[in-house]
Amino acid sequence: MSIFIDKNSKVIIQGFTGKHATFHCKDAIQLGTNIVGGVTPGKGGEIHLGLPVFDTVENAVRETGADVSGIFVPPPFAADAILEAVDAAMQCVVVVTDGIPIQDMVREQRWRMGHDTLVIGPNTSGVITPGECKVGIMPSHIYRPGHVGIVSRSSTLTYEAVEQLGELGLGESTSVGIGGDPVTTMDFQTVLQAFEEDPKTHIILMIGEIGGTQEVSAARWAKENMSKPVVGYIAGTSALSRRRMGHAGAIICEQAETADAKMDVMEELGLFVVRNPAYIGETVLRAMVEIQNKP
Amino acid sequence: MYIHEYQAKDLLNSYGVAVPKGHVAFTDTLAGIAAEELGGEQWVIKAQIHAGERGKAGGIRIVNSVSEAKKAADELIGIRLVTRQNAPDGTLVKRVWIEEAKDIEKELYFGLLVDRTTQRITLLASSQGGQDIEEVAKEHPEKIIKELVDPAIGLRDFQCRKIAYAIGLNGKLMPQAVKFMKQVYRCFRDKDALQIEINPLAVLSNKKLMALDAKIEFDDYAFYRQPEIAEMRDLDEEDPKEAEASSHGLSYIALEGNIGFLVNGAGLAMATMDAITLHGGRPANFLDVGGGASPNKVASACKIVIKDPNVKSILVNIFAGINHCDWIAKGLVSAINEFNIKHPIVVRLAGTHVNEGFQILRESGLDFILAKNLDDAARKVVLTLKKPCQ
Repeated sequence: MSIFIDKNSKVIIQGFTGKHATFHCKDAIQLGTNIVGGVTPGKGGEIHLGLPVFDTVENAVRETGADVSGIFVPPPFAADAILEAVDAAMQCVVVVTDGIPIQDMVREQRWRMGHDTLVIGPNTSGVITPGECKVGIMPSHIYRPGHVGIVSRSSTLTYEAVEQLGELGLGESTSVGIGGDPVTTMDFQTVLQAFEEDPKTHIILMIGEIGGTQEVSAARWAKENMSKPVVGYIAGTSALSRRRMGHAGAIICEQAETADAKMDVMEELGLFVVRNPAYIGETVLRAMVEIQNKP
Repeated sequence: MYIHEYQAKDLLNSYGVAVPKGHVAFTDTLAGIAAEELGGEQWVIKAQIHAGERGKAGGIRIVNSVSEAKKAADELIGIRLVTRQNAPDGTLVKRVWIEEAKDIEKELYFGLLVDRTTQRITLLASSQGGQDIEEVAKEHPEKIIKELVDPAIGLRDFQCRKIAYAIGLNGKLMPQAVKFMKQVYRCFRDKDALQIEINPLAVLSNKKLMALDAKIEFDDYAFYRQPEIAEMRDLDEEDPKEAEASSHGLSYIALEGNIGFLVNGAGLAMATMDAITLHGGRPANFLDVGGGASPNKVASACKIVIKDPNVKSILVNIFAGINHCDWIAKGLVSAINEFNIKHPIVVRLAGTHVNEGFQILRESGLDFILAKNLDDAARKVVLTLKKPCQ
């Protein structure tokens, strides 16, 4: 078991023939991901990486039965590509594209209401169920199958956490990047809920950033609704207030949105909090031991 | 990206929003001519810098004669205006805006932004204008009126009427207020704004609504379809190193410490800063090289980092996913050779093509201090700053 994607997922890639999509599709296929084709408008009928290219998502779904899409389309066309995937009733859509105008995402979110498709991103490194399926741009060789569920706003910081877990012999059930933009399609809570229901996930690692208060809302929800332990880390304790730190989302606006303020609340709510990013792995291990030793 | 007040007023005016008549002046003589041309007996001279709270910092003057206008412009142009919102050494005032002074009956607040929580364009309004709106939000949260816009149907008249009523724009002012709000909303939507703030929005003694100030922030991601907005960029308002970085697609922020940083990904960059702070070090900058960084981009990043004279050591922390460690390594080696960099450099590489990356570093014959993980990297870079035998 895992969440969102697994070895049975039939994956197509929108923006299939681009440089990054090609590189990461090769890696994903090596991992065992069942990529069944791709979509690049105007290139329908061609073969790329030995797989069929389609002009439209609808066509790709009809021919391959695909249920998961990874979007690598350039920013000006990305919001439209998301709508196309939702329109084709995909189960799960992972939007890797970085740099989509915010108002495009505001409109996309509205249009999507009433549809069941899970959309993850944009500006995410993607979703990976180690050993089974990767839809994204993460270096898959650092992940290994295990029982830690990861949900994160930051790509490279997730890799950092995965490496630390790996050094301690821990692996992941699924790792989900929800993306670093101010308007993201997937919230922490939806992912936490999926992990709570997944028997393979024993503990959840939640990685956040300064700005916004979504980690705090998620922590509140977890306290009320989750039986599994949650470990939390918020990057940016040393960040300057009121400055944008790379991610459009990582702007501190209010005191409540600083890394320390968010981690304080998470701690009060009973989460395991990591104060030093070098000890993310150790904190997860410690939390697992503590839970096991509980009477 | 922010634009100047005069640019914002021009833009809003092109959507029909009433603003005071005015001119931009780059010298005191031109300021005098502008005042004469505008006519009247009283003018407002406003320093044009992006930072807010100019009034409190003395950047806004009310003058009663052409000679006073010239004098005020002379005093403002060329100084570094320090407000609560900009860097400690302030921002150089290169131009002033001169406008006719208005008879104000009431000052209100009106703003629009993309709200993260609701993920909707949100209107904010208050009867308490002309002052720091964050103070109002803190002291009297009930005096901030919010209204969300459904992107499927846009801003509706009834929503504008609700706001108008709530901030006291009744009677004959109401239809004006509805028109005004829709004009600002259209500008926001058409031009891919992230934030528009009109503070104060004034009711004049002749019962007309007028935007007496305007601040607009735009979405840089939308510049590909807003070329005329992108052209309004004023590089003088940005830290020169930050501006150079952004021209290379890098995200750089100058800080006050002595350890230069080169990291990929905002989250990892912040975590790296947190880690060295915990080891007692202080970051000199935040630098995210982004995804898919070419060797050239990495070399430009090094060049920007070492431009800061405070930088004594450099920490490179790369966890490559969409990046490739070998590209990063190539960029580092070429930057060190080309710019003759002598600083101690601690390098931690991981992820995609990590072995190829380390091979390039080893074969370069240069003295890199290699680190095996984040903690090791943070510890080692802080050690490079300690004097020997301590």
